[in-house]
Amino acid sequence: MTVGLPTPRARRSDDHARGVGLPGLLWIPAAGAFALIALPVIGLVLRADWARMPELLLSESALAALRLSLETAAVSTSLCIVFGGPLAAVLARGRLPGLQWLRPIVLLPLVLPPVVGGLALLFLLGRLGLLGRVIDTWFGVTIPFTTAAVVLAQTFVALPFLVVSLEGALRTAGERYEAVAATLGASPWLAFRRVTVPLVLPGLLSGAILAFARCMGEFGATIAFAGSLEGVTRTLPLLVYLERETDTDAAIAISLLIVVVAVAVIALARPRSVDGGN
Amino acid sequence: MIGPNGAGKSTLLGVLSGLIVPDDGEVRLGERTVTGPGLHVPPHRRGVGLLAQQALLFPHLTAAANVAFGPRAHGVPRKQADARARELLAAVDLAELADRRPARMSGGQQQRVALARAMAPRPALLLLDEPLAALDVDAAPAMRSLLRRMVRDEQQTALLVTHSALDALVLADRVVVLTDGRIVEQGPTRDVLARPRSPFTARIAGLDLVPGTVEADGLRTADGTCVAGRLDGVVAGEPAVAVFPPSAVAVFAEEPKGSPRNVFRVRLAAIEPREDVVRLRAAALPGGPAWVDGLAADVTPTAVADLAAEPGDLLWFAVKATETAIYPAR
Repeated sequence: MTVGLPTPRARRSDDHARGVGLPGLLWIPAAGAFALIALPVIGLVLRADWARMPELLLSESALAALRLSLETAAVSTSLCIVFGGPLAAVLARGRLPGLQWLRPIVLLPLVLPPVVGGLALLFLLGRLGLLGRVIDTWFGVTIPFTTAAVVLAQTFVALPFLVVSLEGALRTAGERYEAVAATLGASPWLAFRRVTVPLVLPGLLSGAILAFARCMGEFGATIAFAGSLEGVTRTLPLLVYLERETDTDAAIAISLLIVVVAVAVIALARPRSVDGGN
Repeated sequence: MIGPNGAGKSTLLGVLSGLIVPDDGEVRLGERTVTGPGLHVPPHRRGVGLLAQQALLFPHLTAAANVAFGPRAHGVPRKQADARARELLAAVDLAELADRRPARMSGGQQQRVALARAMAPRPALLLLDEPLAALDVDAAPAMRSLLRRMVRDEQQTALLVTHSALDALVLADRVVVLTDGRIVEQGPTRDVLARPRSPFTARIAGLDLVPGTVEADGLRTADGTCVAGRLDGVVAGEPAVAVFPPSAVAVFAEEPKGSPRNVFRVRLAAIEPREDVVRLRAAALPGGPAWVDGLAADVTPTAVADLAAEPGDLLWFAVKATETAIYPAR
């Protein structure tokens, strides 16, 4: 199985065009890197019990986890777009002094162990937490160990993926087109909607796919902040972790399911920026 | 508007369009003040259009949608905006490309669409920032005459930035010369370019210029060189310039003897082939006067062959007094 290996979009029309040539030495570490990614997945495929596969995948717990994973990842990705998109725009284009100090903080979820992020969310939004106490007394709502907690945990870990890739797209695009739009009479809001957003759409799409993939694979923050309740907070990765102890075949089957979903997402919404083209 | 690099042309365009906020000063468009003390009308409410070197058409929109963008931003209903767009595309001879995207147009076509787009909202002022600079030699003449036709037909007030005397003469009624952020020359284009008063303007106009002060029989430069010429409205002791065309300059390898000519010692900087002549560009000698730098002489290819000169060689430029005009520097 070739996971995420981009197929060339178009064969070079002229096979005589060699360009400047790639140093041959690069092939060795490149093959090593590829093997590190591909071989474990092949191992999973070889180790899987294909006879029991339908039964394992169609089990009630697996289907419930798949559905929960897809739903929460979709909601979390939408939240990333709705909140992370504007954050990326502010980081790339905002002119307030001190904005550059925000970027390292935004990148925190990338370097923080997810379980630490989950604990932090718990301490903030738990029933005795800083914000959680207020929400509990005013609205009678507790967030931890609910599906909402799953979504929050996923959004927390996935936001930087969207913000970083979109901010890069915004910086690359520059503000020349927006300046033209302004001289044509477009207000900043109109220029943002009609010019900026369409121009960075490929960057937004690839950021959203990265964020969705990160949400689908989210484990640490979810288990710390949302627990593992079947149908409520037990997403596919949590189910794998649970089954691993009791039924290795089931764990492998669900793992492969995650791989298939990930590949399907990349293949379905394959933007050029992820495909390596330009 | 013409001026050397770094003179402040782009800054001025930015200030006029509202993309740059000046520390102080005032910008008035007709009766309307758009920049002033405590006042800054944002770019989208100024009615100042811009056409730059690059067309910068919105890549995700068709030609018609690009042109309709301005009217739509001003609240013109979709149908009317589209009609205006197609009318303008027809005016720039691109009616058949209305539904095409920029990626499938040539550079010249893109620039024509960009002109139509800039004029679509009927701006009070249209800024033309070297609109022909990025076009190839085939597309530039067509775009130049199109600009002239569009700007005149629509009675569009426009400010053109250019490095070309031809553009200025064809397109502009008046010219200002900007140097170090200040206007050093201005007036009707023909007058300014025919009688340049600064080395930069002379170079744009394709003329040689020597600055100095007026003496009884000519002009004396700061280093003491005397230039004889036709005196035209000058007063002794006042700053003046001596101006002559490169075609009037004769070039010698040895100092010419006993001729009633102005003779300058120069170092050859460059040999530039032109249509049917060769332009020899001078550089100042080490320790010599700076005004020699940039002087040009147009000679025949045969003459260049006879000289056997190469860049770096020492030469003599000679020009007759009758070919040299001396007039006030301001």
